[in-house]
Amino acid sequence: MIELLALLFGLATLAATAWCPPRLTRVLGSLLFALMVGVVSRFAFGVHVALLAAALAAVLALRFFPPLVLRRVVFLVPALVLLIFSTTLLMYRAPGNPFANERATSPQVEAALRAQYGVPKNASAFFGIYMRRLLVEGTLGPSIKVQGRTVEELIAPAFPVSVALGLLALILSVVIGLTLGIFAGLKKNSLADHVSMALALFGVSLPSFVLGAGAMIVFSLWLGWLPVAGWGSLRHLVMPAFALALPNAAIIARLARSGMIEVMQQDFVRTARAKGLPESWVIARHAMRGTLIPVVSFLGPAAAAIMTGSFVVEVLFAVPGMGQWFVKGAINRDYSVVLGTAIVYFGMIILFNLLVDLAYSWLDPRVRSSDA
Amino acid sequence: MSGAEPQATPLLSIRGLRVDFATDAGSVPAVRGVDLDIGISETVALVGESGCGKSVTAMSVMRLLTGRISAGSIRFGNTELQSLSEPEMRRIRGAQIGMVFQEPMTSLNPVLTIGKQIEEVLTLHQRLTSSAARAHAVELLKRVGIPSAERRASQYPHELSGGMKQRVMIAMAISCRPKLLIADEPTTALDVTIQAQIMDLLGSLQQELGMAVLLITHDLGVVAHFAERVAVMYAGKIVEQGAVRDIFKRAAHPYTRALLAALPDPLRTAARLEAIPGRVPLPRMLPAGCAFCARCKHVFEPCPGVLPELFPIAPGHSAACFLHDPRRAPSNVPCQ
Repeated sequence: MIELLALLFGLATLAATAWCPPRLTRVLGSLLFALMVGVVSRFAFGVHVALLAAALAAVLALRFFPPLVLRRVVFLVPALVLLIFSTTLLMYRAPGNPFANERATSPQVEAALRAQYGVPKNASAFFGIYMRRLLVEGTLGPSIKVQGRTVEELIAPAFPVSVALGLLALILSVVIGLTLGIFAGLKKNSLADHVSMALALFGVSLPSFVLGAGAMIVFSLWLGWLPVAGWGSLRHLVMPAFALALPNAAIIARLARSGMIEVMQQDFVRTARAKGLPESWVIARHAMRGTLIPVVSFLGPAAAAIMTGSFVVEVLFAVPGMGQWFVKGAINRDYSVVLGTAIVYFGMIILFNLLVDLAYSWLDPRVRSSDA
Repeated sequence: MSGAEPQATPLLSIRGLRVDFATDAGSVPAVRGVDLDIGISETVALVGESGCGKSVTAMSVMRLLTGRISAGSIRFGNTELQSLSEPEMRRIRGAQIGMVFQEPMTSLNPVLTIGKQIEEVLTLHQRLTSSAARAHAVELLKRVGIPSAERRASQYPHELSGGMKQRVMIAMAISCRPKLLIADEPTTALDVTIQAQIMDLLGSLQQELGMAVLLITHDLGVVAHFAERVAVMYAGKIVEQGAVRDIFKRAAHPYTRALLAALPDPLRTAARLEAIPGRVPLPRMLPAGCAFCARCKHVFEPCPGVLPELFPIAPGHSAACFLHDPRRAPSNVPCQ
């Protein structure tokens, strides 16, 4: 009951940040930003440096940050707390617990284990312990199933791997998707349109494990151009990156195509032509931005998902990325691993949505003025 | 208001223009043989209901149609526009022929500043440097009556009112001092008070720049104040042509008369507005003869079967109606 109330309170706080007046947003956002900088730098550099850094951050944020960013910061802190709280509740509601296994554990042993890992039977108590760890000790806690390792030790080597793979996949999907989509949109109902949309349909419908396995057979086993699986060189990156990129490229292609078709029917495109502008100029200067808007709004969450790794692709190509920990954490009921990966994913979502917002305000001045 | 007689060498001369649109149900004629002359510095109004082919005619001149020009010639000065290559045509669009559209709200690009949108015409056609283009754009904005033009030039369309946007469109269209300005329902989307201001602006710019104006409208009130010559279009054909006074005082075609009768009279506010019975026939279902005959009070024997040509009534005034055919006109139908 008390948990439900806390959950509702959290949601209300989160909703309230949306109506926060601009002046308050500026002050609150700067303070929260300073707090974040302070907490993070304390574990890295000690208390004195942290205080200095926090003060510096507050001043910087107050003076230079655009309202858009500060509004995000005000949203971010309660959202993170709410995320941890609700994830904890969900984990405790799920059947089983990290200490349940085939052999019955005696109550005394379980009690000892729970005390050792800081996993009490009560969800709220766990939330308290976890937040204390996070803020006071600066750790994501010990993994329960991977003995003797903390969650940050598990994630730290895997995260850059996923980011590197994800970044390449992201670039590939944008380049392929935009090229196909714009081309198809400009020549609607032509052969080129049908061919590129057939390719896009192919990309959307084929799951990445089929695509990946097919690529392995062709490029590794038959042609021998690329290593079958593994990690370590640029050549290892190619196939998993494509396997990750193609489904997204297909979606981007469809979005860009419909965006381009819609924009080219707008009155201002007719105006641009009536000015005597060459068609390439009409497309590049007048139609392109409108085409990119739907693509950009897709890219925010998609980029976060790509960068945090895909379990399927990682398993298929034996890539030591982040994706495995999402699945292993959930299967093992390894509470701290689940929360750790959730926090990383949350951070990526926030970061990319911020980038999307910034991109929006560059693409469309109407968004800019409504934020000011 | 004396330019009733088209000049010897018109600036724009449209002959036998036919435009067809391909639809699923086959090819549909939107313009069915239009002849129209516009003299240098002359103001001609092309009047008609929605869908009668006015805008299609205008877009044919610009060669910006989605449909197909199936026949006819469009001469601009001594150039046949139809035979130009696309790059040659682009040098005419925006430079020699400017165009103002009906919807100022959507006709400007929402993501570019209005200054940029004017400048790009100048850098394109007059090869101005960007700073010179900027200065010229501000001058143009001042000329079309936009206050604090320097500030406005760096604003986006959504920061301007509808009337202001139409002024920007006009500034853009006249930026290269075109010989012909096509204004396609320039005031339809605006408030009545703003409409008058925009028409005044167009009138004064026409005087100042000496450009010809093709005004496309369905508002006969605007026509009476602004145009020298009027062409009335119905179902893809011009049914009556003449000096503005001829049209308003001695309208000859039953359709023109019905249009004039449908004008609201401020002195008879209580009276019901006159309406033309029936509706414009669909382009697919046009009769072989006069397209207006289903709605006309004076229909007689040749009307449904034979297409009337433009019969001269007075110098510079003609109407496509058998009532004015000296060979056919039945004596029992009054002409006026």
